[in-house]
Amino acid sequence: MEYFVQQLVNGLTLGSIYGLVAIGYTMVYGIIGMVNFAHGDIFMLGAFAALIVFLVLSPIIGFTGVAVLVLLLAMLVVAMLMTSLWNWTIERVAYRPLRGSFRLAPLITAIGMSIFLSNFIQVAQGPRNKPIPGLVNDVYTIAGISVSLKQIVIMVVTAVLLAIFWYIVNHTPLGRAQRATEQDRKMAALLGIDVDRTISITFIMGAALAAVAGSMYLIYYGVASYNDGFVPGVKAFTAAVLGGIGSLPGAVLGGLLIGLIESLWSAYFTIAYKDVATFAILAFVLIFKPSGLLGRPEVEKV
Amino acid sequence: MAPGNQTMSNDDIILKVEHLSMKFGGLMAINDFSFEAKRGEITALIGPNGAGKTTVFNCITGFYKPTMGMITLRQKSGKEYLLERLPDHEITKTAKVARTFQNIRLFSGMTVLENLLVAQHNKLMKASGYTVLGLLGIGGYKAESKRAIEIAEHWLEMADLIDRADDPAGDLSYGAQRRLEIARAMCTEPEFLCLDEPAAGLNPSESLTLNKLLRSIRADSGTSIMLIEHDMSVVMEISDHVVVLEYGRKISDGTPDHVKNDPKVIAAYLGVEDEEVEEVIATVESLEGGENA
Repeated sequence: MEYFVQQLVNGLTLGSIYGLVAIGYTMVYGIIGMVNFAHGDIFMLGAFAALIVFLVLSPIIGFTGVAVLVLLLAMLVVAMLMTSLWNWTIERVAYRPLRGSFRLAPLITAIGMSIFLSNFIQVAQGPRNKPIPGLVNDVYTIAGISVSLKQIVIMVVTAVLLAIFWYIVNHTPLGRAQRATEQDRKMAALLGIDVDRTISITFIMGAALAAVAGSMYLIYYGVASYNDGFVPGVKAFTAAVLGGIGSLPGAVLGGLLIGLIESLWSAYFTIAYKDVATFAILAFVLIFKPSGLLGRPEVEKV
Repeated sequence: MAPGNQTMSNDDIILKVEHLSMKFGGLMAINDFSFEAKRGEITALIGPNGAGKTTVFNCITGFYKPTMGMITLRQKSGKEYLLERLPDHEITKTAKVARTFQNIRLFSGMTVLENLLVAQHNKLMKASGYTVLGLLGIGGYKAESKRAIEIAEHWLEMADLIDRADDPAGDLSYGAQRRLEIARAMCTEPEFLCLDEPAAGLNPSESLTLNKLLRSIRADSGTSIMLIEHDMSVVMEISDHVVVLEYGRKISDGTPDHVKNDPKVIAAYLGVEDEEVEEVIATVESLEGGENA
């Protein structure tokens, strides 16, 4: 039982990270109907931005006591800014000119962008894994279940961000504009909404969340690599599909489920096949429930 | 078709379309079309199916860039905008032109009230400091959002939808959705409102409610309205000025009474050969003589 609960805690931590990344996929898909395959690499860029901040700052302020808090904050903020800028630029140069082109065009550019980003980091930062020392190492044991401070930080930050994000989408003029653009882009433009800007902001918001996820990933595993964008990225995409692509709560639910499945599979079956389990789910969802758990099926009026 | 009425002062004209042409490949959808819409009036654009009415609307509201011609919008303040040169969101935001479509294009997943708030997006966005200040509770966002809700409630009241404010827009009846579209367009505070077949598919009582709404818009807000409509009971009853289009050309322009009796219009609707037009004129005249007697 303790073992099971332990795996639940691990799974939820991992799931939080996937959920944050999945939101970026789901929002972009919702608003312009394309799967931004470069989003996984945006997540990896976030991890690298955080890594660089750590390497620059830690010799100056060290990483004990209050300095850890400062470091963490700086890592998050800089990573969010950097990846937002990246994603904004990508949208501007690679996706916007193709809007209105045939459906596959943005998909292909997205894959191209993904390859470009991972190769860019490979060249600029080197192909080897980049480790950082453990920042928060405290572990609490509650009723035989060990919960690390890292895990708590990850879950709390995720929950807080999701709450802010949910509020923005549902209760601010910006969120209304996003939902309007999602439903009928032309009509939104006719009501005075700057659709291009709304789409840009969506990319920025997705990137900011991915950056947080990337920083968390770096802190959790203590290592970043140029090809970190691929597998976690595809898993987050699976999470978005599982939850129902286009649905925000679906992305979070999907992320948590994928995290849980992965850690439970690793715990009870063989760890070598954990990715197979995850992607088998993608296949099953696409076959049996293409609209996902919380997605609305598309109703076509005839 | 009296050329004499061209001499009115410039201030009375809100929209001036000059030599508008729109070509799709080899098809001349609109051919050298000119007309003027007066401020504070309801102008109707009518014509047989395929005459190019919606194309004219699409040119005015920035959906299409016309092949040739000029569309000038003159605001109350005297500012003039060349609509064919503005990007689509600027047409609403700066030039203050709003429109509805033949088919209903509400944001059906949002509530009725939210639909009206989306239409007030720009000022709310500014008041919330592009979201950041609004989230922190700094600045005038609260007051502005309260004002936006008041405006929305005013138009819901006018459109007779105030009880449905929190229902999803998709749940309203067809007639109510039509009125909501007009209310939403009015929330952008337009000077010029374009309605594409607002009465299509409405039953007679819904049609009457619509007429009432349009009249009260003209009376209360000073917004000029232009509408495409096939329902002649609506056109003849509420419009001040009717323009008739056939095969992309203007064939008649004037008061509803003038247009109703224009032989060219009758010929266009009934479909007669050119030689027969004379006959039709004679018939109309004799009929009118009979009515008057």
